[in-house]
Amino acid sequence: MEAVAGTLLSGVVLGGMYGLVALGLTLQYGIARIMNLAYGEFLVAACFAALWLFTAAGVSPLLGLLLIVPAAFLLNLLVYRIFLAPLVRRAASPAALETDSILATFGLLFVVQGAMLAAFGGAYQNYSVLAVPVPLLGAVVPANRLVALLFAVAIGGALFLWLARTRAGTALRGVAVNPVAAQLVGIDVRRAAALAFAAGGALVAAGGVLVSMFLTFNAAMGVVFTMKALVVVIMGGVGNLLGCLVAGLLLGLAETAVAAWVDPGLTLAATYALFLGVLIARPAGLFGRVAR
Amino acid sequence: MSLRAFGLALAALAALALLPWLDTGFWLALGIGIAQYAVLATAWALFSGPTGYVSLASAAFFGIGAYAVAVLGEALPWPVVLLVAAALGVAVSLLVGFATLRLSGVYFVVFTFGLAELIRQLVTWFEVNVTRTIGRYVFLDATQAGIYWQLLALFALLLAAGTWIGRSRLGFALRVIGGDEVVARHVGIDTARAKIALFAVSALFMAVTGAVMAPRWTYIDPAIAFNPVISFQVLIMALLGGAHRLLGPLLGVVPLTLLFELLNAHFPNHASILLGAVFMLVVYAVPRGVIGLLPLLRRRAVA
Repeated sequence: MEAVAGTLLSGVVLGGMYGLVALGLTLQYGIARIMNLAYGEFLVAACFAALWLFTAAGVSPLLGLLLIVPAAFLLNLLVYRIFLAPLVRRAASPAALETDSILATFGLLFVVQGAMLAAFGGAYQNYSVLAVPVPLLGAVVPANRLVALLFAVAIGGALFLWLARTRAGTALRGVAVNPVAAQLVGIDVRRAAALAFAAGGALVAAGGVLVSMFLTFNAAMGVVFTMKALVVVIMGGVGNLLGCLVAGLLLGLAETAVAAWVDPGLTLAATYALFLGVLIARPAGLFGRVAR
Repeated sequence: MSLRAFGLALAALAALALLPWLDTGFWLALGIGIAQYAVLATAWALFSGPTGYVSLASAAFFGIGAYAVAVLGEALPWPVVLLVAAALGVAVSLLVGFATLRLSGVYFVVFTFGLAELIRQLVTWFEVNVTRTIGRYVFLDATQAGIYWQLLALFALLLAAGTWIGRSRLGFALRVIGGDEVVARHVGIDTARAKIALFAVSALFMAVTGAVMAPRWTYIDPAIAFNPVISFQVLIMALLGGAHRLLGPLLGVVPLTLLFELLNAHFPNHASILLGAVFMLVVYAVPRGVIGLLPLLRRRAVA
């Protein structure tokens, strides 16, 4: 029973992280219409930034969030303005932009990954912070996981309020629903796209810092995170925040269960199995109504 | 490709087949590298060119072929091994095709994006838990010249298949799909079947290329066979050359194989950054490939 509770709790923590990370991707893909294959690389970059701040300057990753998240926002704004805006301008159709953004960010993936390999090497890294056991629901959970989950919930909640209650957030949701109609009601779609892309980058950086508190990571791991975030976004339905969270939790639980009871080497296979199931049964996502 | 162009290409390949009698060292190795990527990039463009569906799974099919040799190479005669590699590549491509190609293109991209990593993990898991070995030795008496000739023959076959498809109803259907998929469906084309069929042909050639190349390594483990850099290089070469013409990718393969040799030799630690930068440059500067620039030049010359 204890083992089951422990597995469930780890699954919820991991699922919360996947949900948070996928929220950023759904902003980038659902609103900015950029299919960002370098997404996971930015997560790993945030992991390394947190590691570096912790070991070199002794800054706790939770304080580091205050530094890394705004920096990631600015960096992603620059990436969008310099690399992606030209593609948006030249795209003849949404499909052409999708293909172009896939190709451009695939190249970016190798640039960012190569920079991290050159700077930090390919070895697995981790650091120990808040490694205090906390008894919870009959199981023992390290404090760092719980803190990471709490922060993920807080950040996800703040994002939800921002999108639901503010003027800027409403504009973003309008663009997500229909970019052409959004323009007609006076929304600056290009500005909204840049904002959404940068906000997505800030979210993935936050996810990276939180994940680095309890997972080992290396420079080559970004692809797997991108893959999982994409699967969560598709499972939840593109642009659907609640669907994203539910799908993230589902994936986290499925992976943890497979790792605990079948084999840790098969977690990506579990991701793909879920993905296949969704593609066959509900291609518009768990909560989607229309197929694209 | 016209039949005359196909004949010329065959003659050129026959001339290139003489290379092993001129040099068996550096130039032959370079020839193998170019021939390998010529097959892979052309096979990639065979599917992705007309349909516009970006496949990121070249390494998966290449690795399947290479691993088939690692497991079966000593147990079965060579032609049978090649057939098994081809069959495995086709089987996996059909699975991927049936799951994703009936839906919109983005699902296909996402699925292929992680496919090489998935198969690598599955093979690793199988080897650790069932056979209890990671990494296999391939002791086959294959010569460099033999590998080179097999790759040239494979390329000739691929060109023949590409020419035939281009002139068949299937090729026409694919061009309509690439133009507008909704229109294609409305004029009665079974779009899913056409896409899946061509994806399988493309995967078959990639898997056999992997099988032919496998004896060069002598030692193979999942990380070598399913190296994501292969997907990346195939993509960039096909894009630089131009994916919408059969011989287009070749124009990207030759310069980039040389460039990557240079980069790997002189900047081994920064090769990935430079590869990525070259890739982005291609996407921004020559979106329709070198072959797409030709009509522009011709028009300018006339004017």
